[in-house]
Amino acid sequence: MAVSSTPKNLELPPAMIEGATAAADWLIVWPVALPMIGAAILVMARKRPEWQAPFAFTILLATLVANFMLYMRVQGEGPLTMTMGNWLPPYGISLAADSLSALFSLVSAFIMLVVILFVQSEIEVRENKFGYHPLLLLLLAGVSGGFLTGDLFNLYVWFEVMLIASFGLLIIGGRKIQLDGAVKYGFLNFLATTFFLIAIGFTYGLVGTLNMADIALKVPQVESGAIYAVAALFFLAFAMKAAAFPLNSWLPASYHAPDPAVSAVFAGLLTKVGVYALVRTHLLLIPQSHAYLQLLIEIIAGFTLVLAPLGAMAQTNARRALGFLVIGGIGAMMAGLAIGTPTGIFGLATYAVNSMLVMTALYLVVGLVERMGGTSDIRKLGGLYRANSWLSIMFITLVFAVAGLPPLLGFWPKMVLVQAGIEMSNYWMVSLILLNSILTSIAGTRLWAHIFWRDGREGVNSEQINTRIRPLPPRAKVWGLWPAGMLVAFIFVAGLVPQPLFKAGATAAFAVYDPGEYVGAVFGREAVAQE
Amino acid sequence: MEIALAFLVGLFFAVAIYLLLSRSLIRMLLGIAIIGNGVNLLIFTVGRLTREVPPIVPDGEYAPLEQIANPLPQALILTAIVIGFSLFAFLLVLTYRAYQELDADNTDTMRVAEPEDSPRPPLSY
Repeated sequence: MAVSSTPKNLELPPAMIEGATAAADWLIVWPVALPMIGAAILVMARKRPEWQAPFAFTILLATLVANFMLYMRVQGEGPLTMTMGNWLPPYGISLAADSLSALFSLVSAFIMLVVILFVQSEIEVRENKFGYHPLLLLLLAGVSGGFLTGDLFNLYVWFEVMLIASFGLLIIGGRKIQLDGAVKYGFLNFLATTFFLIAIGFTYGLVGTLNMADIALKVPQVESGAIYAVAALFFLAFAMKAAAFPLNSWLPASYHAPDPAVSAVFAGLLTKVGVYALVRTHLLLIPQSHAYLQLLIEIIAGFTLVLAPLGAMAQTNARRALGFLVIGGIGAMMAGLAIGTPTGIFGLATYAVNSMLVMTALYLVVGLVERMGGTSDIRKLGGLYRANSWLSIMFITLVFAVAGLPPLLGFWPKMVLVQAGIEMSNYWMVSLILLNSILTSIAGTRLWAHIFWRDGREGVNSEQINTRIRPLPPRAKVWGLWPAGMLVAFIFVAGLVPQPLFKAGATAAFAVYDPGEYVGAVFGREAVAQE
Repeated sequence: MEIALAFLVGLFFAVAIYLLLSRSLIRMLLGIAIIGNGVNLLIFTVGRLTREVPPIVPDGEYAPLEQIANPLPQALILTAIVIGFSLFAFLLVLTYRAYQELDADNTDTMRVAEPEDSPRPPLSY
């Protein structure tokens, strides 16, 4: 197809951008470049453990500011793009930020900032030396790069950056359970990115380009039905990354293995990149595949919605149970994708933001519970309400938020999703979303009742006060309880004042539904108008 | 030629998937290595095979004067090889460490993170 015609397109004027990119447009590079440069410097300074944390914090603060400026710019002036190496798109690799990607990138940087504070409450000297902070920064660079890239192969590279950083974080303590979890996480995730690479190869063969905006322009001309097979392959790869049922087995096998802070980052960020890639491929790149795959997406969303909270109920390990709740959230986002109307994407975007914040906070709180109780086995916990009532209030707030009870943050996205389902008369989806809320609140409150509410451990002594609970050490109070508490307070306030979230979600949905803006931004608006 | 290579890619995938379905981690590693090569070959094939000259643009020209071989798949494959190799090396070391620590190279006996006969959830609430 277009492959052999590449030389012809190179005719005069040359495929180079004349003049340098405006300094203001460099804004899109910083959310990725800052953490990456910071990680490199921290690796070089590995003999200076005392520099690691302050420097990482400073870099993350700068990254958050850069993300915020990028988001405001995108909100004000529409999608922002920059193409590398002065080549015109589609020859150069483009970075492109629209409202959806800038929003996700902003929330990711915020979460990483909170987690880097929490890390100070539990990091060991050894782990600090082995590069805990650089790996966290590199993970953020991979996640932000994945959100902000405008090139399919570049997205693959960011997935791998994310993957290798997460491998490092997963095994950094070297405990047996970490090695076991990492083997399963490693093999299955590597396989998922390999499927993604296969799909990229076929896309190139069919469409002749890998620039996302260029694909969006050229896909309607592809007549071969093979494009549906490619779309299905993308769906397989990203659903595996997002841990949707039945491809979710790696998540509950590995997310409870590393340090709680690492679990929190994973739960907040990694699966959402998969969801983001699903939205991009099935609504922007190959929009005709959405109708084709809709039934499949609906079935997968339905099973994920129902089975995940049931899985959470069956667990005795608190962090494994939370892993299943993460998957339940993925189900809600898949439901938004399955509905696929602007309202559905509105619900998906807001739910993703909610899930990123709330699941991170839940893992942080359970990390503190483990520190007090010495175990994450809910049969051996109990009586924490008496020992630390603040922790129990934070946990129950987050449980209600993840289940979607008003007036907390999780209620609003679920409301939008239900509305989207009713608009499309998709009553099955609506009832499954509501069933998921009920089951999630049962699973969550059961965890709360076992960890906090009853006096003692499982068995005949459950009425007697649990004597094995140790109070939080000062370090865990300052660096653990405060950051987690501030995050919960932020979630609470964001739930009471949902307008900013609604505005962000609505503009993101609009951006997804108006790819013309995105494509126009990448190629320059005049060039598209000419075609 | 493309058809022959397509069959070869299919063979690579079949072998890799067979190996990946095994319980033994060493076989799974071999499967990962083979599927990586299969994908690289696939990208090479979908870039269309030609017996043309290397893609070099002469001095003073903006475009090559004659038909050239498509350079993009080669760039993609080179990147994929580097990434695949580093991740494979990591998985290899990880598997070895897991074998040392857990005394298991079989996924059936690696049950630290997900214990066998996991206990029933508490029934008090």
